[in-house]
Amino acid sequence: MEQSHYLIVGASHAALSALHAIRLHDSEKDITIITRDDSLPYSPTVLPYVVSGRSHPERVFLRNAEYFSKQKVNYRPRAQVASLRKGAVRLTDGSEIGYEKLLLATGAAPVLPSIPGLPEVRFHVLRTLNDALALREALPGVKKALVLGGGLIGMHAAENLATAGVEVTVVEKEQHVLPGYFDADAAAIIEKIFAAKGVRILTGACVAGCAPRGEGCYAALENGGVLVADLLLVATGVAPVTDFLDGSGVETDRGVLVDDTMLTSVENVWAAGDVAQARGFFAADKIINGILPDAVDQGRIAGMAMAGDPQLTEYAGGVPLNTYTFFGQQAASIGVQEGALGERGVEVHRELDAERNRYLKIVLEGDRLAGIFAINGAFDPGVMWELILRRVDLGAVKQSFLASPQQTARAIMSKTWR
Amino acid sequence: MGVAFETIAFQNELCDGCNECMTACARAKAQSDDFVHSRIQIVAADGGHELAMCRQCGDPECVLDCPAAALAKDEVTGVIEWDDTKCVNCLMCTVGCAYGGIVYDAGAGHVIKCDLCEGDPACVKACSRGALKHITSSRIYNEVGDLEDLFVPGLAGCQGCNSELVMRHTLRRIGPEAVLATPPGCVPGMGSVGYNGLTGTKVPVFHPLLTNTASMLTGVRRYYKRMGRDVMAVALAGDGGTADVGFQSLSGAAERGEEILYICIDNEGYMNTGMQRSGCTPYGAWTSTTPVGERSRGKTQDAKNLPLLMMMHRCEYVATASTAFMQDLYGKLDRAIQASKQGFAYLHIYSPCTTGWRFPSDQNIEVARKAVETNFVLLWEYDPRSGLRLTRNADAPLPLTDYMKVLGKFRHVSQEQIDHIERSVAENLRFIKGLAAGVPAVIAAAGRA
Repeated sequence: MEQSHYLIVGASHAALSALHAIRLHDSEKDITIITRDDSLPYSPTVLPYVVSGRSHPERVFLRNAEYFSKQKVNYRPRAQVASLRKGAVRLTDGSEIGYEKLLLATGAAPVLPSIPGLPEVRFHVLRTLNDALALREALPGVKKALVLGGGLIGMHAAENLATAGVEVTVVEKEQHVLPGYFDADAAAIIEKIFAAKGVRILTGACVAGCAPRGEGCYAALENGGVLVADLLLVATGVAPVTDFLDGSGVETDRGVLVDDTMLTSVENVWAAGDVAQARGFFAADKIINGILPDAVDQGRIAGMAMAGDPQLTEYAGGVPLNTYTFFGQQAASIGVQEGALGERGVEVHRELDAERNRYLKIVLEGDRLAGIFAINGAFDPGVMWELILRRVDLGAVKQSFLASPQQTARAIMSKTWR
Repeated sequence: MGVAFETIAFQNELCDGCNECMTACARAKAQSDDFVHSRIQIVAADGGHELAMCRQCGDPECVLDCPAAALAKDEVTGVIEWDDTKCVNCLMCTVGCAYGGIVYDAGAGHVIKCDLCEGDPACVKACSRGALKHITSSRIYNEVGDLEDLFVPGLAGCQGCNSELVMRHTLRRIGPEAVLATPPGCVPGMGSVGYNGLTGTKVPVFHPLLTNTASMLTGVRRYYKRMGRDVMAVALAGDGGTADVGFQSLSGAAERGEEILYICIDNEGYMNTGMQRSGCTPYGAWTSTTPVGERSRGKTQDAKNLPLLMMMHRCEYVATASTAFMQDLYGKLDRAIQASKQGFAYLHIYSPCTTGWRFPSDQNIEVARKAVETNFVLLWEYDPRSGLRLTRNADAPLPLTDYMKVLGKFRHVSQEQIDHIERSVAENLRFIKGLAAGVPAVIAAAGRA
């Protein structure tokens, strides 16, 4: 049986960050990375840009072969884990790889809604590079596209399709788009801009059933009406795939449950990134905080723990955050909305200029930052994230922070972590 | 061995908020006067000024956060480079940066960040207050970092002592083709001569008497030369062994032009034997033999200017140096090594003594820096062809008390004593400047045949 001291399953941000952290502490022991993909590592976040043609599919790889050989890493594409037992994983081809330390960084996979007729329809998802290439290839000749789901992937894809000249309809079951990151006011600005670019957005809407129509589909809405599309993209969300862990003893809920060092319930098995369900900074229960910077953080913590790096500091908890650029506009969402907090001591500061597509909301809990959200508002997301994580007391500078969050936060940053 | 990188340092207490750095950056990078395009951002806060700028992190989060492989740390320059042909404008990098160092510029339509202007930063040149400095000492590390350290690990110096730094750096540069003499003092005391029959160096080392270091090295160098081998004869000696007890043999060797590199580590006294005064102890300083009591107020004589004495031997090379100015020190070390192949080279390195001078052990380099910045110590070099020249401008010194107030050995001094020291420092500066202005001609006229 093949043996590797460190074995990392998955090859995206969490995996690469873990690898980096391991090699900072342990330059020698063997590392094997296995991924079911057939390419060098890439990020799911870049895929909408591969579809639009902005990113060349040959130039999106996060590391090259030279990097892996320099880091003495055995990088093995086209390898998928079927099951896990103590000290070894079994691949779908029947072979086994033994490990001392294992990281599960397998990410998430699209969740398909249970719409009658969907299995008979040709549809696209967007999670792998092959998905992106297939979608890109399907584009020529498409006049009308239907996107199910107004989350980040759906909205990115809708924008790219519209830019390519396709008539796009987005169907979102919540009352506004991007419900995970923005409130109704902010979403209204985003929806308005999409509408101006010819994208039709149906919120509070559900597809009740669909039927094949060549390469496309017919979709019947719950409240009546039928949509006709040459292309259907299902972007209703992703979830960790954990069924290969059945019988392994690794505890799962919606994702793989981990402690503050990303260790699972099984000795010498860690999990990080979109597959992991870890402490939430604001939530009482463990959350899946499926975002890129958090995957990097979790990966680093897992890597340090695996290598026994004494500099390890425990995970502070996942803070929801994201950046979103669309049609030349910039949006950022750092932290939680007021609704996610308790009743007491919560203060919300709003600035809305829908005309000029400007929006800013600051949520304070006591004198500490809980969330800051903007469309075309200047602040440094990374600095704000630190203010939240460090629970910086803004009491003394509250007025200037509300008036000029970027400058005030930069001054605090420069003084505090000089 | 890894690679070290150049960086821009910001001293906020020197910044007066003139914003010239931002203007210079916006002009250099965006041909605009609008600060919004500046990669360096000065933020006014609480009457002071703070900085938001790319730190060119050693382990950059922005790079790990980029989904498009558009950011990468250059392995040679250390600059985090942004590739516009790969960037997709997702702004994930701005989430990864806790320093406000990579930001979206709406005018440009993409993120902007500092790129150190290809090693010649416009902001630093525009800063008239010295608040921004382009730190290039990484060049030393990259140049000598791979050279073998010729001392054993674990030399037992006092906490915070910079002698170990001097020893390791100098011998590393000198290389293995050398014989080292370490007369009684801190250098052998911290273990360079070794224990239990094993030496503390990877080159031959010996422990001469205080009196005969230069004589013994004379023989060593001449012997190897006769054998046809170019082996350097090097001394790492203290100021006591150099200025006082060992001066006779030193002066003789210098006068004869022996091919020796003699490095004096000057901590202004016999520090490892109980902090007695030496000829290099400055006026007013406490030592165990110049005590402070009801009548005695420290040393009553000025220090002798040993490097000047050596210059008057018309050595092949003489220089003073400080561990707070390593690039300067390295340049002089290189010239001293070269000179020692033709004649006598003398390098005088000031070495603040945490134990004997009584200051906190984390302040050594800062004390060394203040000594130079107040002109208490002058950095200069000399060779018989070009004469003496100051290697660091001494025209705008800090107040002398900035240096003295840190040191326990001067804690008792009266105003009269401070006045005396200030007069000595001023006189010394005048003298050195006079030599710098006049010596080339004088020395050239009187130059040895």
